[in-house]
Amino acid sequence: MISQEEISKLEAVAWSLRKDIIDVTGWAGGAHIGGGLSVLDILVHLFFKAANVDPKRPDWEDRDRIVLSKGHAGVAYAPVLARKGYFDFDLLKDFNKFKSPFGMHLDGCKVKGVDVSTGSLGHGLPIALGLALGARLQKKSWRTFCILGDGECNEGSVWEAAMAAAHFKVTNLVTFVDRNRLMIDGPTEDVMGLEPFADKWRAFGFLVNEIDGHSFSEIDSAVQFALSEKSGPVVIIANTVKGKGVDFMENQVKWHYGGLDSELVTKAKASVDRYYGKA
Amino acid sequence: MATGLTWTVYDADSMTQAEIYGKVLCDLGAMNPKIVGLSADLAKSTKIGSFGDKFPDRFFNVGIAEQNLFGVAAGLAKSGLLPFVSTMAAFASMRAAEQVRTDICYQHLDCKIIATHAGASFGQAGSTHHCTEDLAIMRSFAGMTVIVPADGIETALAVRACVDWPGPVYIRIGRGFEPRFYDNEDYGFKIGKAVTVSEGTDVTLIATGVTVLPCAEAAKILKEQDGLSVRVLNMHTIKPMDAEAVMNAVKETRRIITFEEHNVYGGLGTSVAEVIARSGKGCAFASVGIPDCFCEVGYPEDLYTHYGLDTDGVVTKVREVMKIEFEEDEDWEDEV
Repeated sequence: MISQEEISKLEAVAWSLRKDIIDVTGWAGGAHIGGGLSVLDILVHLFFKAANVDPKRPDWEDRDRIVLSKGHAGVAYAPVLARKGYFDFDLLKDFNKFKSPFGMHLDGCKVKGVDVSTGSLGHGLPIALGLALGARLQKKSWRTFCILGDGECNEGSVWEAAMAAAHFKVTNLVTFVDRNRLMIDGPTEDVMGLEPFADKWRAFGFLVNEIDGHSFSEIDSAVQFALSEKSGPVVIIANTVKGKGVDFMENQVKWHYGGLDSELVTKAKASVDRYYGKA
Repeated sequence: MATGLTWTVYDADSMTQAEIYGKVLCDLGAMNPKIVGLSADLAKSTKIGSFGDKFPDRFFNVGIAEQNLFGVAAGLAKSGLLPFVSTMAAFASMRAAEQVRTDICYQHLDCKIIATHAGASFGQAGSTHHCTEDLAIMRSFAGMTVIVPADGIETALAVRACVDWPGPVYIRIGRGFEPRFYDNEDYGFKIGKAVTVSEGTDVTLIATGVTVLPCAEAAKILKEQDGLSVRVLNMHTIKPMDAEAVMNAVKETRRIITFEEHNVYGGLGTSVAEVIARSGKGCAFASVGIPDCFCEVGYPEDLYTHYGLDTDGVVTKVREVMKIEFEEDEDWEDEV
């Protein structure tokens, strides 16, 4: 079980990173800030607690692999990688700019720490499945983590991979769904209903763990369970809030993608400070 | 009207493209433990199943799910393995086009795609199973190498060669009942280099895949009946194209006709035309293929006859192109 001290450390990292995301969104001229803030705590837990990775050796053969299938959350992913030590945070001032290695969907060929280039939705889980099968075949002990968006689960390819993960009894793969319930055009249940979402995964042969995706304690327990479970694949449905930590963005469809001027940056950061009780 | 007999399963005992592919892949698999095979419920049809029979742990049949097929292949490649993926060309190039482009090409992955039932080789199946678009699609993907072997022997050579050829490779073969063209493997196959089937100075026929055989036969007929000196190039690699061979043909024969089992837009003909156009030098040019339509249904040999891709069709087209008048200026420099 994760200690309170570790949780406090992760909270501090997330507090700082929420403000980083706001800064990068300001510099970039626009980014998927809502989904970046909803998935952040999962990313923080993976990179700063669960996953066996080493920023000094980004291509280390035995590292765990992390596949951010909801690749549009690059505005969260890039600061997480920077703060983990893969590259200098100041490079993100050029996010989205001409010839920057950092576009809103990160390219693994250009950015250290990115195992898989993603962006087009529905691609991550099949690739993660291939990684997991490859590790198993080569008798490697590294694990694969995959993070899906909930809207992304409209894509048929997600379910093709889910079917195959269960069929191949893949247990070295941990799948998250960032269930923030909003997609570009509106609430997931209005645009294309996913419920009963957990039952769908169960029907596809997954063990389902539903958690609060902003609770490091719950994320940690779910990851521990997923890594120890050997009967079949596990999905962690992480209930999250789009725009989490910035009061004027939370649960707002319009903050799927947006830009921030200096005034909004200040306002957003102040909100994050209040969220963490630091104001 | 053909009877279809030459295209039945009874011919499968001879050296078919797909069977040779399956056999070669087994040989390669024995030498290279990194090789893994994948298919989407077409293990038997594509003959990759023979690899699966020999190496069951290294073979993944993902069911009828082509997007997942290529995603999984990308993941396996990322894990350090060398995936060979086989499904029908129509599904590899269209159903899973984005996965091939984004998961494999964009990430520069060493993944080899052997797509079967290409062109009109599964003519009886109708347009859903015909594939006359794949060359255009695949060659537009950055970093993709595109190969169309002329027969089973060349398929074997291409499959062996692609192991050491870096990056993604798309090898397009037929249903497996295509006639054999080469007698042996010692004719100098090299990815990216056209093979000269016959030398000639009056006209060059640039053929790929199943059109190599009729072009070679037509060249003999045209020599006997018309006294024409016909150069035939087997352009087995569509990308990267052997521009040098094309330009030599422009300079030395000044008439070029391309033949392919593909829409005339976007495949071999277009690729050759691009080389000629970029050079600034002129020549008489024609391209023969599927004329921007969805193929009729029928046995492949009937379809090839219908679209002018059999020996008679080639002969007729050459005679037509020989009548085209153009500036036969010996001074090349003033045309640049």
